[in-house]
Amino acid sequence: MAEVWVFVREFDGAPTPLALELLTKARQMGETTAIYVGTGSEKAFARLGEYGARKVLHLDPGDSLVSAPVARAMAERLETEKPDLILFGQAYDDRDVAGRLAARIGASILSNATEVGIDGSTSHEIFGGTQIAEAEITAGKPKLVLIRPKSFAAEPMGGEAPQVTAIDLPEVGRAGARVTGTHVEEREGPKLEDAAVIVSGGRGLGSADNYELIERLGKLLGAATGATRAIVDAGWVPYAKQVGQTGKTVKPDVYIACGISGAMQHLVGMKDSKLIIAINKDADAPIFGIADLGIIGDVHRVLPKLIEALEKR
Amino acid sequence: MRIVVCAKQIPDPATPYKLEADSHWLVRPAEQVLDDTDRYGVEMGLQLAQNSDGGVTIVSMGPAGSMQGLRQALAMGAEKAVVIDDPTLRGSDALLTAKVLAAAIAKEGFDLVIAGTESTDGYSGVVPQMLAEILDVPALTYATEVKAVEGKVTIHRQTATGYEVVEASLPALVTVTAGVVEPRYPTFKGIMEAKKKPVDTLTLEDLSVKADVDQKVTSISNAPARSGGAKIEDDGAAHEKIIELLAQKKVI
Repeated sequence: MAEVWVFVREFDGAPTPLALELLTKARQMGETTAIYVGTGSEKAFARLGEYGARKVLHLDPGDSLVSAPVARAMAERLETEKPDLILFGQAYDDRDVAGRLAARIGASILSNATEVGIDGSTSHEIFGGTQIAEAEITAGKPKLVLIRPKSFAAEPMGGEAPQVTAIDLPEVGRAGARVTGTHVEEREGPKLEDAAVIVSGGRGLGSADNYELIERLGKLLGAATGATRAIVDAGWVPYAKQVGQTGKTVKPDVYIACGISGAMQHLVGMKDSKLIIAINKDADAPIFGIADLGIIGDVHRVLPKLIEALEKR
Repeated sequence: MRIVVCAKQIPDPATPYKLEADSHWLVRPAEQVLDDTDRYGVEMGLQLAQNSDGGVTIVSMGPAGSMQGLRQALAMGAEKAVVIDDPTLRGSDALLTAKVLAAAIAKEGFDLVIAGTESTDGYSGVVPQMLAEILDVPALTYATEVKAVEGKVTIHRQTATGYEVVEASLPALVTVTAGVVEPRYPTFKGIMEAKKKPVDTLTLEDLSVKADVDQKVTSISNAPARSGGAKIEDDGAAHEKIIELLAQKKVI
């Protein structure tokens, strides 16, 4: 039977939603082992079982930066075990571990996949999602693939508690680094990844101060607020709000794009929203090509009226 | 402190990207620009070098072409550039790219390697981590702040909810986000000086790396197009249309 490993990063004591998406996909292709990186708990392991993991290899990084020790522990394990496929998410720790592991074992990696087969064949959205590239890894197993968030729906299957094996992390000498502090930025409203409604702003807002319009509208709609890379790079809002290629991938019920022209980098992160409303001055802006309702107009006029009308309701 | 900054020349992102018919490789014109994400790495390198009495060397893989992009990095203040330009590198994957960069960087010598988090044209997002593993150094990734003093590097590592403080001993590799520093614009003097700065061109043979690639693109097709819907000109009452739609979708 085919074997699939899934990299699972712990967040707030539980597997990340992205990891559950990957487990759901993995169990349809073969016997699934979760590589669980975090403190670990009965509850967390049970959750891995619910989503299809039969076995868990548990690695607790403590205050080590995860990438080098986890990659090397996995590489050691791969000397005797040969899974067909190892899935990672297109996420920070996943990328760090996958990159180091691939270099260590000399394996090719396919990144940004939106579909994957047990033979290491993949699909990728390129050029802002306008074209699909099919690719494959031509070397033998294991094949390493990084999957974009929200490519698969996470569905529990009611699986039993998995068999858990604790793995000691190896000494990594000069390749090691330590995490000496953690800071959580305050956030109002729902998380971007989970929100049913998202209001996002771009360059068309004109200035950082005008992002307040996005926040006010977001609050009225119980929405999460997002941003384009352009205004994140400009320092108007923190990176945590960035939607797009190098930011978050979102699929809300409603996405309201305000002063966003629709650069490919942005579209690829939000084009699968169920309903898209766009407000932009430029009638030729690419965002109108995918918007269900496009308003050709100035956000500085439309948004205050919209906010006022909603406040009255 | 000896600082190496990885930088890439890419086709101008403002122009439409095209793929070659059979190979599905990206068409690269002779005139390529410095990847915008690398401007942050160059600036970070220059600031750290200035504080420690060192210099910045740019290391780049890909067709050198007119070297416009590399000259841009030199015009910002880097001392020299090393470019690995070899026809057998066309169609490289992330691992081959990392092997080539690692060999060139090891040859140069370094205390700190700086790279962007991912390139704008290829964006595999794993090359710096591979590079760190090959060089046997820590990869302090997604930095929004970098300090390097007395043989130690400390960064703020961006996370989904904020940041972590991560520290390691040098030598090390750091990847930087766009928020890390404000890149300077080259001055006229810098642009003139850049023309005279040394650029070493290396081939794979110089680095003893084999051009093996274990992946390929098998086909390209058009994605199912999502078509736009109603497009209306704001006549002062467009917000009512939005409210109507939101009410219909039971958002309000």
